[in-house]
Amino acid sequence: MNVLTISKIRDGTVIDHIPAGKALEVLKILGIKSGSRERVSMAMNVESKKMGRKDIVKVEGKFISDEELNRIALIAPKATINIVKDFEISRKFRVSIPQRVEGILRCPNQNCISNDPKEPATSEFRVEELNGDVVAWCVFCGKKVYDVEKYLV
Amino acid sequence: MSRIRHLISIDDLSKSDIEYLLDRADDFLDVARGKRRLRTLEGKILANLFFEPSTRTRMSFESAMKRLGGEVINLGTLEATSVAKGESLADTLRVVEQYADCIVLRHYREGSARFASQICDVPVINAGDGAGQHPTQTLLDLYTIRKEARLNNLKIALIGDLKYSRTVHSLIKALALFNAEIYLVSPETLRLPEEIMDVDVTFVECDLKEAIENADVLYVTRIQRERFPDEEEYRKVAGSYRLTAEMLENSDAIVMHPLPRVDEISYDVDGLKNAVYFRQAFYGVPVRMAILSEVMS
Repeated sequence: MNVLTISKIRDGTVIDHIPAGKALEVLKILGIKSGSRERVSMAMNVESKKMGRKDIVKVEGKFISDEELNRIALIAPKATINIVKDFEISRKFRVSIPQRVEGILRCPNQNCISNDPKEPATSEFRVEELNGDVVAWCVFCGKKVYDVEKYLV
Repeated sequence: MSRIRHLISIDDLSKSDIEYLLDRADDFLDVARGKRRLRTLEGKILANLFFEPSTRTRMSFESAMKRLGGEVINLGTLEATSVAKGESLADTLRVVEQYADCIVLRHYREGSARFASQICDVPVINAGDGAGQHPTQTLLDLYTIRKEARLNNLKIALIGDLKYSRTVHSLIKALALFNAEIYLVSPETLRLPEEIMDVDVTFVECDLKEAIENADVLYVTRIQRERFPDEEEYRKVAGSYRLTAEMLENSDAIVMHPLPRVDEISYDVDGLKNAVYFRQAFYGVPVRMAILSEVMS
């Protein structure tokens, strides 16, 4: 039997049930990149009873914000979040897909008013889960977006 | 129906909203023809903000407002406005709403009308936003179909530029509410985008001959040179569909066109009973009277 070994964290956030291969996107959302100082553990393509394969991300010393939660929900709608304090899980919950997001996605339609740098238009999308996938509609031009991670701001 | 504050997209209207507006347009037919006078919008001012060229839409709104006793102010040519000095659309709207009770907006950016409705306290009517929505055109198209053919269980052929034509895109969404069967006739490069086909409608791709044989309505559109990214692509498809009187010899189908036409309908069709496109242009007035009355009452 293969045993997954990722060290426990003292204080921070564990994001589980990320679709396989999307952990790097989650790190990007959390602002973790080359040169970041956070202690991060990451497992990609590990076996999962529910999902077949999944990714897991653990970040020491980081507590996730609502905006980060919304962004993660867009690319990993089934992710679970564990908030860890002093090695114990103090809170555990599933992300929920927001019905509307503002300033998080960029409209792929170059002619959309939300892409005009002269106008004070914050991008706005209506979001739905369709057959397990997240689909977003631009509130301004109506453009439908299926591959939302490509358009995260 | 629920009160309409702004009219931005045909998606904002239910089937009963649409039927209500078309019924209201019926009430205004005589007024639109100048046979009866109304002063219901006396003292009100409409601002026409057209950032793209338009004849029918702009003038029919103007006519509708004046027939209801109201007045109209226009943006004029862009060169003579603050837009030429680099003013944003948002600022132009914030200024113009100080002068008018309603704004009709045509703009080259998709989503501009929705944006305007978020900014403005006065009602905003979308008169076309890029290749996006043109809901008042859709309403007048539906009104024409209802007057000249029938709206429920209709067989309609959409002919020409199905890719860039916003009138076609909006019309399809509305026809989906009325159980239509839609025949699509277009050059390969101007086929209807798949995302527009995501509605509960039966689509049949066919040639022009089949469409004439089967449809109750032939809705012809212009191949729009201005929407093509390059001239060479336009030249490949320009003039690929041309409806003539001879082709309509044994057909009762009505012929509609949002106009202007270039060469897609031969002039010899104009005299046939099938041709309703000039009446269609007239129906824009009662339909826009209904909309203006609704948002400004």
